[in-house]
Amino acid sequence: MEVSRKMANMLGTDRDLNFKETELCLGLPGGGGSEPETTKATGKRGFSETVDLKLNLQSKEDSMKNASKANNQLLPCTKDPAKPPAKAQVVGWPPVRSCRKNIMMAQKNTSEEGKKVNGSAALVKVCMDGAPYLRKVDLKMYKSYQELSDALAKMFSSFTMGNYGAQGMIDFMNESKLMDLLNSSEYVPTYEDKDGDWMLVGDVPWEMFVESCKRLRIMKGSEAIGLAPRAMEKCKNRS
Amino acid sequence: MRKDRTGISQDDDRSPPADLRGAESSNKTRNCCGVGSVSGSTGPISMEFQAPCPDQVLENVLENVLQFLSSRRDRNAASLVCKSWWRVEALTRSDLYIGNCYSVSPRRAMSRFSRVQSVSIKGRPRFADFNLMPIDWGAHFTPWVTAMASAYPWLEKVYLKRMSVTDDDLALLAESFPSFKELVIVCCDGFSTSGLAIVASDCRQLKVLDLIESEVTDDDVDWIACFPESGATCLESLIFDCVECSINFDALESLVVRSPSLKKLRLNCNVSIGQLCRLIVRAPQLTHLGTGSYSSPDDAVPGEHASDLQSALSACKSLVCLSGFKEMLPDYLPAIYPVCANLTSLNFSYANIHSDQIISVIFHCHNLQVLWVLDSIRDEGLQAVASTCKDLRELRVFPLDARGDNEGPVSDVGLQAISEGCRKLRSILYFCQHMTNAAVIAMSRNCPDLEVFRLCIIALHSPDHVTGKPMDEGFGAIVMNCKKLTRLAVSGLLTDRAFGYIGKYGKLLRTLSVAFAGDSDMGLKYVLEGCPRLQKLEIRDSPFGDAALHSGLHHYYNMRFLWMSSCRLSPKGCQEIVRALPRLVVEVIKHDVAVCPDDTVDILYMYRSLEGPRDDAPKVVTILQ
Repeated sequence: MEVSRKMANMLGTDRDLNFKETELCLGLPGGGGSEPETTKATGKRGFSETVDLKLNLQSKEDSMKNASKANNQLLPCTKDPAKPPAKAQVVGWPPVRSCRKNIMMAQKNTSEEGKKVNGSAALVKVCMDGAPYLRKVDLKMYKSYQELSDALAKMFSSFTMGNYGAQGMIDFMNESKLMDLLNSSEYVPTYEDKDGDWMLVGDVPWEMFVESCKRLRIMKGSEAIGLAPRAMEKCKNRS
Repeated sequence: MRKDRTGISQDDDRSPPADLRGAESSNKTRNCCGVGSVSGSTGPISMEFQAPCPDQVLENVLENVLQFLSSRRDRNAASLVCKSWWRVEALTRSDLYIGNCYSVSPRRAMSRFSRVQSVSIKGRPRFADFNLMPIDWGAHFTPWVTAMASAYPWLEKVYLKRMSVTDDDLALLAESFPSFKELVIVCCDGFSTSGLAIVASDCRQLKVLDLIESEVTDDDVDWIACFPESGATCLESLIFDCVECSINFDALESLVVRSPSLKKLRLNCNVSIGQLCRLIVRAPQLTHLGTGSYSSPDDAVPGEHASDLQSALSACKSLVCLSGFKEMLPDYLPAIYPVCANLTSLNFSYANIHSDQIISVIFHCHNLQVLWVLDSIRDEGLQAVASTCKDLRELRVFPLDARGDNEGPVSDVGLQAISEGCRKLRSILYFCQHMTNAAVIAMSRNCPDLEVFRLCIIALHSPDHVTGKPMDEGFGAIVMNCKKLTRLAVSGLLTDRAFGYIGKYGKLLRTLSVAFAGDSDMGLKYVLEGCPRLQKLEIRDSPFGDAALHSGLHHYYNMRFLWMSSCRLSPKGCQEIVRALPRLVVEVIKHDVAVCPDDTVDILYMYRSLEGPRDDAPKVVTILQ
């Protein structure tokens, strides 16, 4: 519940979106999108209901069930209400292996800029301590730490945004807040960079992070405490 | 195995026919039916030569004949005739195929088949490729390679699909099999460039090292440089397009030069066009080429290597298969025109090319039999394929934008065109946003040779976009008209009616893949009751429940596996299966750390097995007992 309510609040108030406009549902674009005529017999929630993500506030169980049952990866909400809403994604659909999934990014970079940029997609593995399923994300699909956080929250329902503050990421400027976070049992995202070092996510500008991140791991704050010195140094360097 | 000459009837004093004398001297146990084996020789009979009894003669003949039997299905049938045939078949089987690594233990397989030279093992079910299974679910190669190390010292070939392979496994393999020649790894993970380095350096007879769509961790080990440095190598095939590591180009070039038998070379995307040119020039005998990135980042002038590339390619008179193009620069596309006429296989499935570009290429490809492309070529591109590639047997059209935000660049128009132009089509995989029944029906009529029909309509529950009706009639026509169909994947809006058709007409169907389809238990029942040859059934997000599951009890022992995820199964329903079929391993897997009500089963994966529940399952897997 925490996740979707906070999401809803932030999106609703910050971006002033009309929820109806951004309501995600199945159906043909432009059409009425009617549900198939035959009704599902049992009381169990049919698939269409789980994917039909309405950004309403829901009871905790429902939203947890929705988030996990369908394992949706929500695309970042469109800022332009006139555009048709982005379709919700479902795990493993369409059934295309991950090695095929990021060709668009790779090719786009190549053709747009005329010369080769590091076009290969920034596909990194994400694991969360305690979760048996590994995910992969393409960092180039996101433009900021905020978007990445949102996506991670969708993928790992136990990963709430906790004490992250306004930007939805770790506030490296505030030493005491940082220490609180690292002493808690809240989950924090960490990453392995090109040199093989594990760092707290958010310590470098986004573009630099995308270039240097090899892998993501969401671990408990208390475990990440060993990474703190580096993070603290950066804090001190900035202030 | 020692020869057991005792127990031979005293009456048989004749010498055997001349052609069987040779067989006498090979080391095999012989038992004559009807005479028990008695230890120690009997006195009065001369032991200089023992005439074989008729059954022994039969075994000798059998052995000589069964050696030629290569199809494993034929061999399985032969082994059921009688004990003697079973024995001889086991002795003469040299290719061991394990379709599900958990169906039988290494020990059991190896004690039956003692003279194996080639082993193929498949592990995870296909849906694991799409993140639907926990990372450490299983399918470990370790117990197999450990057992083979002692059982099959003369092992030459290993083929692995969807297994977890470690570097230690590769090291053990390299160390244990001095005659090792071929390693083919498909959709596997768990190993790194360190493991590759060991294989490269220690497998001195290596002819084939094929790494296909696998995840290989980059350990920064220069494995290409680990091939023996002096003298010619035996290499015939080196495929590493999925290995995302940097390549020591000098080592690679030197390797190619030292490999005169090299026919298949598929590079990864860290090889530029300039480097590609240099390699091709060294290996004009290539039949299969994967071009790597097909990009040239340092071009001062765009396309400056184009003529070099074109002449290098023209020298490859035997080239029949082209792939790669992972970051393709369109300026270089014309360089392949000279080789197109000879191509039978073309894989553009990583290249975001437009219809005009594919049209100019396809124009030259009259002999194409296999084509893999992205839907970026659009319906126009498919129409060009249809008008030129009259010999096409296999077509795969992958989605460029897997998220499916767009209207879909390919549609029923493209499918219709292909069906009209490519009458010899046997296998098709087609991703699209929407489809019509008419186009699918057309394909069912125009392409009677279809064996594999996989249509993936990405938009969930999508009906015929012209008539608004479910896609039942289209898929119905496919099963009805394509008499050779063995593999089918369905999608779009489908009612139980579609499954009724499948059950009624899909008599040869072995593999069926269902997603987001059907109305009720009846759908699954039709299939389980109607398709006697069904081996592999994978279903996701469809409203099939316990009653439907129950209707397949008569058939599950004949299947390799059943996968059902996000359906309507309950633990109780699955438990009943276990009770009814004790030789089935029934795994219930929890999907993620979610809070799910206890009365539903996220994932059911069940398979027949001679070994009972496995002991390497992770916590999220519960094996019902």
